[in-house]
Amino acid sequence: MSTVFIAFQTNEDTRPIIESILADNPHAVLDEQPAMVKINAEGSLVIKRESIEERIGRDFDLQELQVNLITLSGNMDEDDDQLTLAWKN
Amino acid sequence: MDMKATKKKLGLKEKYAHMTRGLGWDTTYQPMDKVFPQAAFEGIKIHDWDKWEDPFRLTMDAYWKYQAEKERKLYAVLDAFAQNNGHLGITDARYLNAVKLFLTGISPLEYVAHRGFAAAGRNFPGVGPRVACLMQSIDEVRHAQTQIHALSNYNKFYEGFHAGATHQIERVWYLSVPKSFFDDAFSAGPFEWMIAIGFSFEYVLTNLLFVPFMSGAAYNGDMATVTFGFSAQSDEARHMTLGLECIKFMLEQDPDNLPIVQKWIDKWAWRGIRVLTLVGMMMDYMLPKRVMSWKEAWEIYFEQNGGALFNDLAKYGIKVPECITQCTVDKEHISHQAWATFYQYAHASDFHTWLPNDEEMDWLSAKYPNTFDKYYRPRFTQWREMADKGERFYNNTLPMLCQVCQIPMVFTEPDDPTKICYRESEYQGEKYHTCSDGCKHIFDDEPEKYIQAWLPVHQIYQGNCFPEGTDPTVEGFDPMLKVLEWYHIENGKDNMDYEGSGDQANFAAWRGMATQNT
Amino acid sequence: MAVKALYDYNYPAADTQDKFHGNQLLYVGWDDHLMFCAPFAYCLPPDTKFSELVEKHLPHSYSRHPDWAQIDFAKAVWLKSGQPFQPDMNKTLAEQGLKHKDVLRLQTPGLNGNGTYF
Repeated sequence: MSTVFIAFQTNEDTRPIIESILADNPHAVLDEQPAMVKINAEGSLVIKRESIEERIGRDFDLQELQVNLITLSGNMDEDDDQLTLAWKN
Repeated sequence: MDMKATKKKLGLKEKYAHMTRGLGWDTTYQPMDKVFPQAAFEGIKIHDWDKWEDPFRLTMDAYWKYQAEKERKLYAVLDAFAQNNGHLGITDARYLNAVKLFLTGISPLEYVAHRGFAAAGRNFPGVGPRVACLMQSIDEVRHAQTQIHALSNYNKFYEGFHAGATHQIERVWYLSVPKSFFDDAFSAGPFEWMIAIGFSFEYVLTNLLFVPFMSGAAYNGDMATVTFGFSAQSDEARHMTLGLECIKFMLEQDPDNLPIVQKWIDKWAWRGIRVLTLVGMMMDYMLPKRVMSWKEAWEIYFEQNGGALFNDLAKYGIKVPECITQCTVDKEHISHQAWATFYQYAHASDFHTWLPNDEEMDWLSAKYPNTFDKYYRPRFTQWREMADKGERFYNNTLPMLCQVCQIPMVFTEPDDPTKICYRESEYQGEKYHTCSDGCKHIFDDEPEKYIQAWLPVHQIYQGNCFPEGTDPTVEGFDPMLKVLEWYHIENGKDNMDYEGSGDQANFAAWRGMATQNT
Repeated sequence: MAVKALYDYNYPAADTQDKFHGNQLLYVGWDDHLMFCAPFAYCLPPDTKFSELVEKHLPHSYSRHPDWAQIDFAKAVWLKSGQPFQPDMNKTLAEQGLKHKDVLRLQTPGLNGNGTYF
C-alpha cells in the first residue's frame, strides 16, 4: 500500500478543513511542519464538503481548497461533494 | 477568507464540460493538422482528446476568482513586510544567499515555464489540455512577477539582488545549468515538454524544490519568501495533477506511446535531479537554521512518494527511471560536492559562500554518517586552516564542464567518491565530455542537440563574455574582471566570502540600530 | 537516435577549434586531489611544449596544494581519455597528438593529500 498526502498552509482558513479531514479519515496521520500542515494516509484520503460546512457554518465550495493548498500526492478525483486522493495499486 | 460560495446552477462536471470542450471547435478553412502542426511529429499517438480529464475540473471563471484571492493575500503580506523592516527579522543575513540563488536560478525558470506552457497550450489540439496549459502559463508568469516583487524588498538593502532575474540568467556560469535545462525542454515538441516540465519537474521533483525552500524560509524568519512561496505552491498542486494526468493520458491512448514516454521520463528525471544539486547544497549548507538534510528530503519526496507514483504507473508498463541506482549513491554526496565548488569559485558568483562552522559540521556528520567525516570534513577543515592563515582558497582556473548538465565535472564515480567521473563521446570527429553515465546517455541519444550547448567556460575562452568594446590585447588585461563586469557582478561587493562582506557588516549594524537608540 | 524535428535538424557545433583564436582546449585533472573540485580547462596554442604545461600552466592552478611540490614527474602517470599516455616534455601538444578537447589525468602515486584526497 502506498501513502497519499495533502498539505495546506497553517492558518485560520485551513484549521476547520484539517479537523474535517482527520474526522473523516481515522487512518490519516497529522504531520505539523513550520507554516505547513501535512496529512498522510495509507491508500486513500477523502475530503467532504459537508464536514467542512458543518464546522465553518456556511456554504463551502471545495475549489476554495486551492487557495491554501501546498502540495498533494496520489490520483485525484473531485466533484461537488468530495475530493479523493488515492493510489490504486 | 470570507468568500461566499455562490449557489450553483450547474454541477462541477457539467460546468467543466461546457467551459472546456464546449468552447472548442474543429477548423474548416484549414485542415486541423495544419493548424496544429506540432501534434504528431514526436511519434505520440492520440485517438481521442476528449478522454482527457482535469481532475480539479477548474474552469476559467473559477480560476480568476481564486487567483485574485491569492494575490490579495500575498500583497497584503508584502506591504506589511516592507512597512515593518521585515528584512531584519531573518535569522542571519547569510541566509539571504539562498534567496539570491532562488532569484537568479529559479525565478527566470518560472518565466520560461510561462512561455513553454503557452506554447504547449497552443500546440495541443485537445481542448482539455489547452485550458489547463493556459492556466498554468498564467500561473507561471504570476510566480515570476511575485517572486521579483517580493525579493525587491531585499534589493533595497543587500548586495547581489540587482540583476539576477533578468540579466544574469543569460550569462553567469552556474546559471547556464538551470537555463539549459529549460532550453532543452522548450526546444523539444509539446509532448516532451509536458513530460519534462509537467511530469518530471512538476510532479516528481517540485516538492524537493519548493517544500524545503519554503520551510527553510519559514524557519529562518523570511516572511517575504514564505509568502510568495506558498502563494506559488497553491498553484503547484494543480500543476502536479496536470503532469500526472498528461502521462496517464498518453499511456492510455496508445501502447506505442510507452517506449517514447519511458525514454523521456528517464532523460528528464536525470536532467532534473542534476539541476536540484543546487537545492541540495542550499538545504545542507546555506540555511542558518536547517529544516532537514537533502538526503532526508530525497528519501521522503523522491524515494517514498516517487516510489508510490511509479508503483501506480507500473500498470502501464512504466519502469522506475534507470538513474535511480546512481541517485541512491549520490544522495549522500552531491550537496557537499556542490558547496565545495561554490566555496572555491565564490569570486565568480553573485552570492557569498563560507565554510561550515564546527556545530554545522557536526550536524552534517550526524545527517551523513557514511560520507561526511570520511570524505568532506577533511576538505572543509583544510580550507579552514588556509583561511585562518589569511589564505582563503579561491580557485584561479576555469573548470571543465559537462556537455549536457553544464555543471563543472565535480561528480565522482558511483563506486568511488575519491575519483572524478569522466565520460567521453565522439560525434562528427569532435570530443564531448560528460559527468556521468546519465548525461552521456542523453548526449549519445541526441548529439545534434547538445553539440550546440552554450558552455560558459568555452564561451569565455572564445572571447564572448566581455563587455562590448573590450580589447583583450591591452597591457595588464584581466579577463576575470571583465567577465564579472559582463555578468553585472560587482567585484568585492556581490561575490567572495560572506566573512567580511558588506551584507554581514550592514546586517549587524542595522540590527543594532533596530534594538537601540544610539 | 536522431533528434525528431519537423525539418532537417542540423546546427553547427558551438566549440570547434576554429572558434578559439588559434588555440585548442586541453582538460587536465589531478587525481586524488579534490581541493580542486573539478578538472581544469586550458586554452593553449597547439605549439605549447608539454614542459611549459607542466612548469607554467599547471603550477599556476595547482601549486597552492602542498603535494604539488612533492611530485616527481619522472614517476607521474598520465592518462589520455582513460588510457595510458606517455608525454614527451620537449614536444608540443600538436606534435604528440594532443587534439582539441583531449582530456588528461595526472596520477601521482603516493600523493593523495595525506590520505584525505584533499
